[in-house]
Amino acid sequence: MALKTFIEAVRDGLREEMTRDENVIVLGEDVGKKGGVFLATDGLWAEFGDDRVIDTPLTESQIIGTSIGAAIGGLRPVAEIQFADFIHPAFNQLVSEAARLRYRSNNGYSAPMVVRAPYGGGVHGALYHSQSVEAFYTHVPGLKVVIPSTPYDAKGLLRSCIRDDDPVLFFEHKKMYRSVRGDVPDGEYTVPLGKAQVTHPGTQVTVIAYGLMAHYALEAADRVAEDGISVEVVDLRTLRPLDKETVLDSVRKTGKCLVVYEDNRFGGYGAEVCAIVAEEAFDYLDGPVTRIAGPDVPGVPYNHVLEDWFMVNPEKIADGIRKLAAY
Amino acid sequence: MAVTRSDRPAPAKRAAAKPILGADLGLTPDDLLEMYRLVALARAVDERMWVLNRAGRIPFVISGQGHEGAQVGVTWALEKGKDWIAPFYRSIATCLTFGMSARDIMTAQYATASDPSSGGRQMPGHYGSHEHNLVSVSSPVATQLLHAVGLALAAKIRKTGQVALTIMGEGSSNQGDVHEGLNFAAIHNLPFVFVVENNGYAISVPLARQVAGSSVAQRAAGYGIPGVTVDGSDVLACYAAARDAVARARAGDGPTLIECKVTRLTGHSSDDQQTKYRTDEELQADKALDPVPKFRAQLAEAGILTDEAEARITASITAAVHDATEYAEGQPDPQPSTAMKWVYSEDWPSETPPAWGMGEGESAGPESAEDAVEPSEPAGEGVN
Repeated sequence: MALKTFIEAVRDGLREEMTRDENVIVLGEDVGKKGGVFLATDGLWAEFGDDRVIDTPLTESQIIGTSIGAAIGGLRPVAEIQFADFIHPAFNQLVSEAARLRYRSNNGYSAPMVVRAPYGGGVHGALYHSQSVEAFYTHVPGLKVVIPSTPYDAKGLLRSCIRDDDPVLFFEHKKMYRSVRGDVPDGEYTVPLGKAQVTHPGTQVTVIAYGLMAHYALEAADRVAEDGISVEVVDLRTLRPLDKETVLDSVRKTGKCLVVYEDNRFGGYGAEVCAIVAEEAFDYLDGPVTRIAGPDVPGVPYNHVLEDWFMVNPEKIADGIRKLAAY
Repeated sequence: MAVTRSDRPAPAKRAAAKPILGADLGLTPDDLLEMYRLVALARAVDERMWVLNRAGRIPFVISGQGHEGAQVGVTWALEKGKDWIAPFYRSIATCLTFGMSARDIMTAQYATASDPSSGGRQMPGHYGSHEHNLVSVSSPVATQLLHAVGLALAAKIRKTGQVALTIMGEGSSNQGDVHEGLNFAAIHNLPFVFVVENNGYAISVPLARQVAGSSVAQRAAGYGIPGVTVDGSDVLACYAAARDAVARARAGDGPTLIECKVTRLTGHSSDDQQTKYRTDEELQADKALDPVPKFRAQLAEAGILTDEAEARITASITAAVHDATEYAEGQPDPQPSTAMKWVYSEDWPSETPPAWGMGEGESAGPESAEDAVEPSEPAGEGVN
């Protein structure tokens, strides 16, 4: 067991999968000699060479579209989109092509590939280096969407994503890259897709979160514990397919549900979680299904006062918990 | 249909008089007869599709008429069962040449459960077959270029010796994916061939309003790769251009862009009336560019397509089209119980399955692929 930063866990996962399977390649902008703008692929080019660590032009649609073809051709591409904000030119390739390929060919073809992208705000990244884009892709059957919150999960889930036979989007909150550390075992392990985890058991309010918000939810749980409120935190880890049972089991136990996400509130991923809870746990609810989410503005503003206003944080979550607990 | 050696005219005698057609390209008379059969078969299948559409049997047709010569010529240059093609919606002759059958094409028109392209999930024209290395195609245009480039990348990295070729119209060639893909393929010298079947129209918009400079092939210069323009009604010229491009690709010398000038003998689709935007004179003039009579005359003049051979080929095509139509008419529709299958590799009940269930039998679990194609009831009314 070793203490690793989040990004070290990602890098270790990539390296070990590339060592295990020579068909695993990495491609993206600046992933080669530079090792990626966040250094997620640092050292891989030196170890695996030009053929398997490919610096692409600034062409996101090409990165994804070529990965689809390469996957059909027997490779296991791990594409890096430098920031999730820049994934939009590849939307057509992801949604029209990668997601639909297996279904439209009646299982004749598939695109086993991983798209990694740093997402999220709170790092002075403003409108175009802070976005949360998961809702665009969780909406689309055929894609899987994973957002880990710990180094252990990052490495174990990334391994599972690379070995999975379907296209997976793997979003990494960039604020966690170096600020989050955790124990990572030395040996090989995987974390299964589609399994949420109760990271803080409790009895009165369920808080459902993922990514950076899963950490903030834990901090909020500690804060309201001082007020005598017992919170159960569910870290979704895989957003799609959703581990509905873990979510519903928790809500049926606590009777209250708060969903937390950093993305814009309206139509965000958490809205679907709320709808499922409202439909399927209605008889158990002792309060409205509520949300703490980012404000509905087109992006995270740059100025630190405005950015702080935008960002969901532990205190905002704690306020939401207190209100729901008092309902 | 197998063309027997007896179809061949006495080549030894003719060789003394003048070179045998195709010999300079390494094509035998048998090859040419098979190429002709494919060109004519594609046309016959296509014409039958229109008849079925106008008779109300199938809801939609998108046609390859006018493109068949270029498609057979180009595809002939690839190695079947080894190389890759990412086709487009007019690629009927391409798919037939690369191994799909008339039944395969016709079941797509009827969207039957047994349609190998999609099991009835896609509109007709979206052909694909993993068995024959034909990549499944979608409706957004030009996306497939990047898939072929990715296949070429995989071939290079895995050292398989494969070549990947993609095809689209000149209208599609304006998409950004084309630029992104050609740039990447050229940077990495990938074994990739880009074929543009330029029929002069993007639905209703003529070339002058689509392509600045009027040539797609000239754009190749910007990527430092060869760009070739070829008469798309000349089957052998298309073959020669593709053969050179494939050889270049296989030798590790990088991509080639081939622009085949073809004509579109039908409307864009069965929902389009092209007389609204094309003149009678133009449409009449275009008939001179029809590759089918042109190739037939070329082979007849060379003494390769004898009356006997033509009769034999025509009879086989007529039989194949009838067989394909009858077969497709009799194939069952896909059942709703299969509609949740193959969203992912594993079973996918979804978080919230539809409240109205999964159709007859209320099959909760996915059925096997074999179950999906078992006849349950006649599909006499087509997809509608």
